[in-house]
Amino acid sequence: MSQVKIVDACNTFCPGPLMELISNMKQASVGDVLELLSTDEGSVNDVPEWVNKVGHELVSSQNIDGIWHIKIRKTK
Amino acid sequence: MRILVVGGGTGGTILANNLTRRLAGEVRAGKIRITMLSDSDRHMYQPGLLYVAFGQMTPDQLYRDQASMLESSIAFHVDAVTEFHFDKNQVKTKSGKTHEYDILAIATGARIVPQEVPGLSEGSENFFTEEGAVRLHKRLMEFQGGTVAMTVSIPHKCPVAPVEAMFMLHDFFKARGIRDKVKLRYHYPTNRVHATSNVAQWAKPEFDRAGIEYETLFNLKEVDPVNKIVYSEEGSAVKYDLLIAIPPHRGSEIAEKNNLGQAGWIPTDRFKLTMNGHDNVYVIGDATNIPVSKTGSAAHFEAEVVAENIASVIKTGTPVREYDGKVYCFIEAGYDRATYNAFDYVNLPVLKPPSKAIHWFKVAYNQMYWTTVRGLL
Repeated sequence: MSQVKIVDACNTFCPGPLMELISNMKQASVGDVLELLSTDEGSVNDVPEWVNKVGHELVSSQNIDGIWHIKIRKTK
Repeated sequence: MRILVVGGGTGGTILANNLTRRLAGEVRAGKIRITMLSDSDRHMYQPGLLYVAFGQMTPDQLYRDQASMLESSIAFHVDAVTEFHFDKNQVKTKSGKTHEYDILAIATGARIVPQEVPGLSEGSENFFTEEGAVRLHKRLMEFQGGTVAMTVSIPHKCPVAPVEAMFMLHDFFKARGIRDKVKLRYHYPTNRVHATSNVAQWAKPEFDRAGIEYETLFNLKEVDPVNKIVYSEEGSAVKYDLLIAIPPHRGSEIAEKNNLGQAGWIPTDRFKLTMNGHDNVYVIGDATNIPVSKTGSAAHFEAEVVAENIASVIKTGTPVREYDGKVYCFIEAGYDRATYNAFDYVNLPVLKPPSKAIHWFKVAYNQMYWTTVRGLL
């Protein structure tokens, strides 16, 4: 059964939000949804670029009170 | 009161020494006993492995006897922990002993798991173990020309190590007089040459100047060691003659066997450095799941915060400060230049142009480390 896992990468620079997301994605199961929390504006472009290249699914991306909430479903 | 430190690496050793000094009176009076359990009687300076790979240090220079690193009042036992029983404030060890504690600090580090990527163990070299660094050095000395490829799997220790290694490869082959016969190719998982934007902005033109080729958005999927090809999750295939891998890492085997966290990374409060759900258990260094670099530097600054807080709670009942995410890492930009990467949870690193002075400071620090780990610097 799929689940939503929060990856809190707010206020991190090294290795940074996208690396945290990829690390967590490796541990997830196909169908799982990960919600990345990031304060890095770059994540808005970096994450979809990686998701599209690898072939996962971008579920949603929204800014709530200065924090980007980006949901991705693992597809393979 | 019994304080137990599990793990004798950078974080555990700095914590035990720092704490012993802060609580010297209480320790002398027999009110507090500090014990360390480790799986080794030796202490390794892990950043030195990069220099071993390039023939600039020898393995014996990386080690000291662990007992000689510790304050004499610390009870040190080479007896690896096998089980954690948080409900009873106990750990069990390989020898069958049980150690009880009032405060526990876990500093059990991380380990490489190249076996997670098909073909990686057979097809690549790395500099994350003594044996690996020695073997890589031999391969580099024997290399006569062709493509040297680096792949970066995550998570991994020391986020700047891949960049440093590429600059050192450039200078290594230049010094051997065969740089024109060697193609250096760098493959990185994110869409820049480094995950930290300012490091990437600095490193990219340096790569261009050195003639280092790079492919980003390359997440290693598998290695064909027979035909010498690496494949990425994104669909790339790259031929190589020598493959240097930054292997994927997991938390310690003992953390994983005790189900302390996913892939062995222990869920930890990023400010208090306490294990989630256990206020008398601290976690520092590579063992945590907090989103900071897995480096000796992070372990060092975390250990200082935990030591100050434990001592303060014992003396006054109140901790003094939270971990602010501070990390300071040197970045070698070749054989004779270096810069550094300093940041915390709030401040992005701002890199200075590389200089010889910072390189020589790093070389000096390779020896000064032994004063850091004793809790003196």
